[in-house]
Amino acid sequence: MKLWDIFYKGIFEQNPIFRLALSLCPALAVTSTVMNALAMGLSVLFVITANNVVVSIFRKCVNPKVRVPVYITSIATIVTVVQLVLQAFLPVLYKELSIYLALIVVFAIILARAEVFAAKNGVIPSMFDGLGMGAGFAGAMVLIGAIRELFGAGTILGVSIFGAAYNPALIMILPPGGFILIGLMIASFNLMGEYQAKAKAKAAGRSEA
Amino acid sequence: MNAESKIELGTLTVSTSPHIRCEESISKIMWTVNAALAPAALFSVYQFGMGAFSNLILCIVAAVGAEYLILKWQGKPMVANDGSAFLTGLLLAMNIPSTLPWYMPFLGAVVAIGIAKHTMGGLGYNIFNPALVGRAFLLASWPIAMTTWPSMASKVDGMTSATPLGILKLQGYEKLVQVFGDQAVMYKSLFFGTRSGSMGETSAILLLLGGIFLIYKGYIKWQVPVFMIGTVGLMTFVFGGKAGLFTGDPILNMMSGGLILGAFFMATDMVTIPITTKGQIIFAVGAGLLTVLIRLLGGYPEGVCYAILLMNCVTPLIDRLVKPVKYGARR
Repeated sequence: MKLWDIFYKGIFEQNPIFRLALSLCPALAVTSTVMNALAMGLSVLFVITANNVVVSIFRKCVNPKVRVPVYITSIATIVTVVQLVLQAFLPVLYKELSIYLALIVVFAIILARAEVFAAKNGVIPSMFDGLGMGAGFAGAMVLIGAIRELFGAGTILGVSIFGAAYNPALIMILPPGGFILIGLMIASFNLMGEYQAKAKAKAAGRSEA
Repeated sequence: MNAESKIELGTLTVSTSPHIRCEESISKIMWTVNAALAPAALFSVYQFGMGAFSNLILCIVAAVGAEYLILKWQGKPMVANDGSAFLTGLLLAMNIPSTLPWYMPFLGAVVAIGIAKHTMGGLGYNIFNPALVGRAFLLASWPIAMTTWPSMASKVDGMTSATPLGILKLQGYEKLVQVFGDQAVMYKSLFFGTRSGSMGETSAILLLLGGIFLIYKGYIKWQVPVFMIGTVGLMTFVFGGKAGLFTGDPILNMMSGGLILGAFFMATDMVTIPITTKGQIIFAVGAGLLTVLIRLLGGYPEGVCYAILLMNCVTPLIDRLVKPVKYGARR
């Protein structure tokens, strides 16, 4: 039950993009299509989970003074593995994501989870934390990618949704559209959080009375 | 406790009488600006027909409607009828071609009010001119529709033609004069507005009259349009000619495109321009320079919209630069 909570908090309550506002660079840069967003999301899911496990295993034998270089080395190693695998088996996708794959090394959310969670918790919880955060990140990426591709090109995964009569709003697949959309999504997530908190407070008040 | 910190606390001091009572209010100013724009707007309906009329109505209804819904939802004082949203819709309509399909002006107005104005906090808090953000949104979204202009020469529905600046950019000055016949005819049609272009940028004289009326009322300072248009004229005269320096055509450049509309009605937007006259002059010269840069070197034939938006970005910095010094204090 507790593991489920650790996993679940990454999806909504502490969603990396919409609630923590971390790693916005990839959320802007590689979400112009669903496919790119999904590939980036899954890569990060893998890296964050693997890195959390590694950091958690070695958490007791790393001197706190050098912990950040150690985290970065670990992340860089895992990212290199992902890069080589994608290059070997999905060369087209590898080309599309290009520089942003290598940039996973410096994504804030990965370092943040290593620092905040994995360095203080056991291997299994750390793994679930990584899975939850990664899934939250990937879900957010796919959601942003789907909206941008739908309105910016009229397609989802390359399949036409609105038909040929639709006149796509190019701004959605250009950077300004990404900024506007992410801003609006963060706003609506905050709004949802507010309503939830209000409902919770109301329920608590009722049970006391 | 000095005056500044009192304002912060929300406790304004009322001095002893007598007081000068100011008759101006937001809604009075806004409706006056709307009235100043009305002749040019009506002329565009006369020139472009039903397309222009429906665009005007759509933009205004969408802008005021969005303002109403957002104010209602946020529980703010209901000021949707103060004329500012009306003005945003009107300005947006005058910035777009009359041939757009209905949903484009509608979306542009909603973005202008919803995103450019109310995400910043509503009237008085927006960094950028809402109407220009709406136009930039439309231009980025549907670049082809936004740069397809109805032809005025033929008066036949469905005919399109390039704007004078478009011809100037792609085909050169000689070709442009050739289109109009000769230079005098060209200046005349630019001045009276019988040419292609977006709805509000066609008639120089009606816009000028509206602008002069606003200067007379004291709602805008004459320095802003004069310096902005003057900068464009000077710079295009010096650098605009193909034959070398000082061979450009400043009259053509000053009268074409959205320059007059922008300089009188959008660069002077009270919310997004520096407060002091000195700051406003810096703003106007900067906007003029950027306009010329975009016209001569950029990818677009016209740059007034982006020039004003870019200067909107630096308005707070200009304000800081020209802050008046207290008597006796050193800068």
